[in-house]
Amino acid sequence: MGKLTFKAYFDALREGKLLGLKCKACGKVTCPPMSVCQECGADELEVVEMKNSGVIKTFTVIHVAPAGLENEAPYVVCEVETDDGPWLVGRLDIKPEEASIELVGRRVTITGQELPPERHYPDKERRVVPLFKLA
Amino acid sequence: MKGKNLRDVAILGVGHTKFGRSPEKSLMDLFGEAALEAIRTSNIERGMIEAVFVGQHVGELTDGISNFAPFAAAEIGLAGVPAVRVEGACASSSVAFREAYLLIAAGVYDVVLVGGVERLLSAGTAIGTRALATSADGVYEFNAGLTFPGIFAMAAILYSKKYGIPLDELREKMAHVSIKNHGYAALNPKAQFYGKYGDLKVEDVLSSRMIAYPLTLLDCCPMTDGAAAVVLAEASIAEKHVEKPIYVLGTGQSSAGGIYRQRDVTVPMSRVRSCKMAFEQAGLTPEDVDVVELHDCFTIAEIIASEAMGFFEFGEGADAVAEGKTKIGGKVAINPSGGLIGKGHPVGATGVSQIYAIVKQLRNEMEPRELQVHNAKIGMTDTLGGDFGTICNIILSTERRGEA
Repeated sequence: MGKLTFKAYFDALREGKLLGLKCKACGKVTCPPMSVCQECGADELEVVEMKNSGVIKTFTVIHVAPAGLENEAPYVVCEVETDDGPWLVGRLDIKPEEASIELVGRRVTITGQELPPERHYPDKERRVVPLFKLA
Repeated sequence: MKGKNLRDVAILGVGHTKFGRSPEKSLMDLFGEAALEAIRTSNIERGMIEAVFVGQHVGELTDGISNFAPFAAAEIGLAGVPAVRVEGACASSSVAFREAYLLIAAGVYDVVLVGGVERLLSAGTAIGTRALATSADGVYEFNAGLTFPGIFAMAAILYSKKYGIPLDELREKMAHVSIKNHGYAALNPKAQFYGKYGDLKVEDVLSSRMIAYPLTLLDCCPMTDGAAAVVLAEASIAEKHVEKPIYVLGTGQSSAGGIYRQRDVTVPMSRVRSCKMAFEQAGLTPEDVDVVELHDCFTIAEIIASEAMGFFEFGEGADAVAEGKTKIGGKVAINPSGGLIGKGHPVGATGVSQIYAIVKQLRNEMEPRELQVHNAKIGMTDTLGGDFGTICNIILSTERRGEA
């Protein structure tokens, strides 16, 4: 485990703070947290607050959801390249029928959304997910 | 990979259940059926088998068993031998095959049985979808409700933007993967969709039910119950027992983290590395390969794989399938068994099922004969586990290393 547990990362995200790990060797930011720098592999990292903004790289609309999440479908999942560099998987806050290829390249802000926990999810109290809103 | 002193290894017998829905057969029933067929067609005494390796992905969730390997060995009368379950998501049994191959090549064992089994169709779509999602990142991908169709749907969007192919045009090209693979599967008696969907049109694929935009049901492989098995041995032993041993010329394997760390998954580095390793060990290039069984879990997945394996330039795989270059008789025959899309995808069994199909091709025994690739001498498999987290490639030949 690195300096930032998944629980601490999601607790902060729920409060609207996006935390990352800045590498003392190469200066790049790792997010979500892991034990070493995702860019250079060094293990001297410090927790930093990242900018709450980025750009949509790709998306999908999930029509068939896994067991436990059926009530949430359909929903829009996308990958965002944050302004600090790392890519994140999260939910996009739009109606599923409004999703189209035009979303790619749109700027978003990043917050956290709390959803009900699911039987096999590691956090048994809550499931927090990055929530992207079109800027 | 350090491979200079490895012994030659060959496949003897192979076994394969009918893929599809098997509510009346347990995981163990399916495994036993495939394993005994593999042993019977190897013409060996069962007691010669020194170890059992089983690819098995989500038995915990579908059938309430995790410690599958010892029961599997006992099931076929081999209680007492080391029995190992290998979990590598959809690549489980390819990784099991490679581990067994490496141990024989290194001189640890002489004869090993490798199988794979899964029971996803009988588990139902919701459990099956949840079970498969365990092979993605369980924290940072699952929290958003990302599914496997969703992962490859996002890959299709990336592909469309990267190569400037309008999404509607790309979807039409992707549809040709489904048309081709269903066309072959409709002829393959082992396939889940045998006798069905043999004459699909582009419009059928585009208008089928939306699963994860832009992927429809016919862009996706199905949930499947099934098993496959092979017997592997040091080459001289194989030559004593079967008329046409199929030799392992090269293997590769690689790994990766979540898709958010891989970023541009249209060029999966895990697959590029794994293929390079396999081709280097075999001393071959993509041009040498006659027939391929690759991981078409979704239509876009076949296109991405056909490029990363080196059969087409990056960005040209979509046109290649639309132009028929991956059909039997084309530049390279891809998935003449019907692939995952048409033959079915019993996850833990898929890697060995691909090897089964290549063995039939190289022995010139593919049934029916319309599915036989003419004069196939070199074949290759490609199996992907998770969202490019595990990739495993196997290169097989009718000749020993250095003789091909």
